Amino acid sequence: MQDDISKTTQNSEATLYGRRDFLTLLGGGIIVFFPAVLETPAAQGPPKMGPGAATDFNAYLRIGEDGEVTVFSGKVELGQSNTTALAQMAAEELGVALESIRMIMGDTDLCPWDMGTFGSMSVRVYGAALRSAAAEAKAVLLQLASEQMGMPPSDLIADNGIIRVKSDKNRKLSYAQLAKGQRIIRKLEQKAGIKQPADFTVIGQSPARLDGKAKVTGAALFTGDLRFPGLLYARILRPPAHGASLKSVDTSSAEQMPGVVVVKEEGLIAVLHEDPETAEKALASVKAAFDEPSSPVDPETIFDHILQAAPKPQTQERKGDLAEGEKAAAAIFEAKYLNGYGAHASIETHTACARLEGEKMTVWISTQTPFPNQQEIARALKLAPQNVRVITPFVGGGFGGKSAALQALDAARLAKATGKPVQVSYNRAEEFFYDHFRPAAIVRIKSGLDGAGKICLWDYHVYYAGTRSAEQFYDVPHNLMSTYGGWMGDATKVHPFYIGAWRAPGSNINVFARESHIDTMAAHAKADPLEFRLRNTSDARMRRVLQTAAERFGYKASPGPSGRGYGIACAIDAGAYVAEIAEVKMDSGKVKVVRIVAVQDMGVVINPEGARMQMEGCIMMGLGYSLSEDIDFKGGRLFTSNFHNYSIPRFSWLPEIDAFLIRNDQLTAQGGGEPAIAPVGGAIANAIFDLSGIRLFQMPMTPERINKAKMAV
Amino acid sequence: MKETISFRLNGKPVTLNVEPDRKLLWVLRTDLGLTGTKYGCGTGLCGACTVVIEKEARRSCSVPIKDVNGKSVTTIEGLAKGDTLHPLQKAFVDLGAVQCGFCTPGMIMNAYALLLKNPKLTRARILEGMEQNLCRCAAHKRIVQAIESVSAQK
Repeated sequence: MQDDISKTTQNSEATLYGRRDFLTLLGGGIIVFFPAVLETPAAQGPPKMGPGAATDFNAYLRIGEDGEVTVFSGKVELGQSNTTALAQMAAEELGVALESIRMIMGDTDLCPWDMGTFGSMSVRVYGAALRSAAAEAKAVLLQLASEQMGMPPSDLIADNGIIRVKSDKNRKLSYAQLAKGQRIIRKLEQKAGIKQPADFTVIGQSPARLDGKAKVTGAALFTGDLRFPGLLYARILRPPAHGASLKSVDTSSAEQMPGVVVVKEEGLIAVLHEDPETAEKALASVKAAFDEPSSPVDPETIFDHILQAAPKPQTQERKGDLAEGEKAAAAIFEAKYLNGYGAHASIETHTACARLEGEKMTVWISTQTPFPNQQEIARALKLAPQNVRVITPFVGGGFGGKSAALQALDAARLAKATGKPVQVSYNRAEEFFYDHFRPAAIVRIKSGLDGAGKICLWDYHVYYAGTRSAEQFYDVPHNLMSTYGGWMGDATKVHPFYIGAWRAPGSNINVFARESHIDTMAAHAKADPLEFRLRNTSDARMRRVLQTAAERFGYKASPGPSGRGYGIACAIDAGAYVAEIAEVKMDSGKVKVVRIVAVQDMGVVINPEGARMQMEGCIMMGLGYSLSEDIDFKGGRLFTSNFHNYSIPRFSWLPEIDAFLIRNDQLTAQGGGEPAIAPVGGAIANAIFDLSGIRLFQMPMTPERINKAKMAV
Repeated sequence: MKETISFRLNGKPVTLNVEPDRKLLWVLRTDLGLTGTKYGCGTGLCGACTVVIEKEARRSCSVPIKDVNGKSVTTIEGLAKGDTLHPLQKAFVDLGAVQCGFCTPGMIMNAYALLLKNPKLTRARILEGMEQNLCRCAAHKRIVQAIESVSAQK
């Protein structure tokens, strides 16, 4: 069993090393500790520290005495192929073959603390630190070689795991020979320079993803695939609505079923069996009554509700004076843009397996945040954090939804209560019910256009979506951005269910609102939407992605609505610039996206095919939030339960996708997992307008909403 | 009441003594230890649990085990010959049709059944035939390319 796990989970060392603290595992060789966030301007992102964080480093790489290179990282593989990209970055700086890098990820016993895998930060933030650490390790190796060979380091060259004398290539020492008998521990000081793009041999290549073969043969193990002797599958009594409280419960029928274990604890009533279908039958036999609070909010009234409940605004950006801007305006434009709740709907539902051995609780979780989950489990079960180990097998999609791991708390509690290994795996209805939805959000914009067709006023108010991708890049002299609540935190009390991050959190509504509003002004000015954007931004990176997208699309200028069905939107997200042009057709209000050209400037590109795959996935997934994905509910009761009433993109939706990367080696690698999803909604909204003159103010842009808007035109 | 169910699984005979109404998905994943076939929705809406019975792609979450008695079942674990990947598996890796990998076994098995019936698939037939298989990473473009590349080899 243990061997099986070690062969086919992403953190393949997980079960080989057992439960020793990672610091005792170091052994000999050369080890470089480094912080997962470097203090450089390029490192944008949330604060690096959290509970249990090391204060000086939180990642390391090791060149073992056998010459093997291992990178220990708290990041996890969710499908975005960060494993492969990070290995490329380490291999590049160390001067070793990609195949000789082993990535150990997402195991709280083996890897130093990491806040989690989100925000398109694996390559952009962690990868930057990893490159520096690998460069430092190579400098140590060169120094050792220099001492042993009696040559200055400048006369030596490192390549493919071997250091040679430049003038006599037959004089050489391998990394294994150099590391043997050493125990050198360094903390990253960033003294060793990293390679210049012109010297790259591994970065910029597109090797096949390291986990490909395991995933096409069925060998890749996800959390629900783990089997343990005596494993019990748990089914848990669920309330009919959020906020409902249990009045009475009768588990007597389940208790009489052979092999069924019933657990009744505060807030947790579960039936368990070694066969998941029997556990399901046992749950069906449980009789329970709940008190359900009545709440009138539904998908129509929710926007008034959240507006009324909104906290005071916080000013995020201020430039100039709005009154001056209004005076300068020849025309004023006011609009409100809405977006309902959205589900992550990963095909793998939230799953956890927990096993208690003595004092030590080990929990395998389909998670984006193993270290925060470790803390949550320790708190909930009153265990010392070091007695909780979280291991992250392959994760079947995250998109922001697998930071929350309520199922792991249930699994750990049930493993403790039963003394057996326990698996908790949500069924699809539970997956929707406990999902931390992208919150319903509102953007209000008041803008002004002067007589020369330049934007002179931008007064931007965003509720529950935060600032991401809302930062101003148009040249507006009088600009204000105010936020009212974010997509998590305090806002959770306002919404009828859990809320949280959804791929590029906040960006999708922010870009939809801004780019729709820009198009409205362009149409008023009888200007071509591309020309209008270029006239109003001097940001060189933005102009370049816009112009390149227009060239690749074969775009010809025309004011909207032109009847052609072309729509443009652009965004900055996670340090990357993206412009997209969509072409749509429409039949009875049903939109078909025929083609999308997307051009992205993400700085240095580590793995171009991997980056394009993420762009393509962003675009295709983006069709869903734009056109169909909507949560149906009344108060805390959820009607959305499975894929028949939550419509995600399918093969027949597939547009022609041209995902193009602009070369920009002057800039370090930026984010790639999220940026290209941000402009999709705006590009489609603008294409619908260009085709039909219909302006949509709410996503998803369903046939019902389009037909309703058509009546109003 | 348990019954004796016999069938061929990935080319080898299997005999089980099981409740006849249990679903093939869970028998594969628990009794038989073949976890490549995935649960995604439980009602045949997503295709993650797709296996091939005789020559038909079927949603194993909705197939009672008694229905495969005397039949031949192929799962994702049965496609490769030793270390040699099936051309579809190889194309999925080579063309980048895999991201998180959770829908991948069902995608490949569904495509495998399509190709069994019609070795030369048009793009329109691929889109139509794959329509009921869901991929949330949205790797559709490359999944289609992978299936097209194998179809063209035939």
